[in-house]
Amino acid sequence: MKTIDLAESSIRELNQALHDQAPECLEREFEVLNPKGQHNIACGIDQNLSVDIRGHAGYFCAGMNKKAHVVIHGNAGQGVAENMMSGTVRVKGDASQAAGATAQGGLLVIEGNAGARCGISMKGVDIVVKGDVGHMSCFMGQSGALVVCGDAGEALGDSLYEVHIFVKGEVKSLGADCVEKEMRQEHLEELTDLLNRAGVNEDPASFKRYGSARQLYNFKVDNASAY
Amino acid sequence: MCGIVGLYLKNPELESRIGELFKPMLIAMTDRGPDSAGFAIYGDEVGEGWVKLTLRHPAAEYDWETLATRLKTELQLELSWFQNASVAVFKVGAEEAALREWLSEEAPDVLILSVGQSIEILKEVGLPEKIADTFNLEGMKGSHIIGHTRMATESAVTMEGSHPFSTGMDLCLVHNGSLSNHNRLRENLKREGITFETQNDSEVAAGYLTWRLQQGDSLKEALEHALEDLDGFFTFTIGTRNGFAVMRDPIACKPAVLAETDDYVAMASEYQALTTLPGIENAKVWEPEPATFYVWERS
Repeated sequence: MKTIDLAESSIRELNQALHDQAPECLEREFEVLNPKGQHNIACGIDQNLSVDIRGHAGYFCAGMNKKAHVVIHGNAGQGVAENMMSGTVRVKGDASQAAGATAQGGLLVIEGNAGARCGISMKGVDIVVKGDVGHMSCFMGQSGALVVCGDAGEALGDSLYEVHIFVKGEVKSLGADCVEKEMRQEHLEELTDLLNRAGVNEDPASFKRYGSARQLYNFKVDNASAY
Repeated sequence: MCGIVGLYLKNPELESRIGELFKPMLIAMTDRGPDSAGFAIYGDEVGEGWVKLTLRHPAAEYDWETLATRLKTELQLELSWFQNASVAVFKVGAEEAALREWLSEEAPDVLILSVGQSIEILKEVGLPEKIADTFNLEGMKGSHIIGHTRMATESAVTMEGSHPFSTGMDLCLVHNGSLSNHNRLRENLKREGITFETQNDSEVAAGYLTWRLQQGDSLKEALEHALEDLDGFFTFTIGTRNGFAVMRDPIACKPAVLAETDDYVAMASEYQALTTLPGIENAKVWEPEPATFYVWERS
């Protein structure tokens, strides 16, 4: 295992060491010490690495991740795992706003709470939050799944495309075109799989499912007079 | 963009070190606000019937001694004062209104940065580190302190446009964000008798709170009204004589982090600014909720 102490090395040096593993992996396990809220830690990894970040991370931690398994042993700032392609990012504490923004694949697990706009414009990632999510979560979410074991803030799933949303607690309000849907057997199976992959022990039957009413997909000529 | 930092001490033993603890917090927010910086420190309180004013004059060589002597003789009052770089702190045995009236007539170029029993506001154009050194922040003592590093978006880079803004006796405000209805609000507040020094949107927020408090609102009520009447983006930190308050707008796109231990409560735009505080590794660290305010005050 290679240990990189950010009290001594720069973020660029850390990220370069991680990127150097892309063509040929010579070191599979990394430990990052003293992150101290710095931004852009472990961004742009393109290799099956295991990265443990010991402390709180700043903005965009593990952004653009491909294949790697990144664990933040603390809180994460804005945009954790933004535009992730594959792999796993796990936040042991809370995540700030826009967690998993635009992410296209992989699994993001937040063991604490996530702030506003969690999963904004997500495009295929699966996100599991053990705590609550803030307002406007899943805004314009296109595909993937968002699982919330706590409560969801205002305007959940506003202008939603095809993300599957599962919430166990209260939903403060649903956004435009987001509706509660029937939980069928196939959805219970999907949710069971998501919870198992995230290592979260919850009863899938206690969740409700939300999705797109698909009323905003196309322009309706009946509404022409409103413009 | 702008950066905000605040430190409120629960453990009085740390009061002699507040400047030393706070200086790295302010400097850590340089990349969020490199054009000007300032801070409001609370401590060295004057007694009942006295007020403390932080005064500034555009001329660096301004003769504060003469001003002090004139105040003493013409108004026949007790006074002590000291100079700190570009500002002077006057402690006067008098009412605020009488002092304001005299200063506006006899020394109209003197700007009153703060009035209260405890507060001193110190701010300048330049890098936060330079401003901390100019005012010897490191050596300062006090019970709590809030600061701001500015990256101007809505108005000019001037000392007057930098934060904190005074909002009344021992009250001040720092702001990260931008208000979209500040022009209309400023006109309305002018009609209510609130005066403004700049075209700055944050000064309007400060003026708004001043007006609400004059209307008899408590700080909590004034902040509730602010949530209704201020349109735009904001994270505010507000200094009071006994503590400080933090409030974010409902959209909450401007960042804020809070940390609490047995010794202190600290606030910053980014966690990076808190990493030098003692015991931060084991502090409770969390993000304040949108449209919610948090107040810490000693009784």
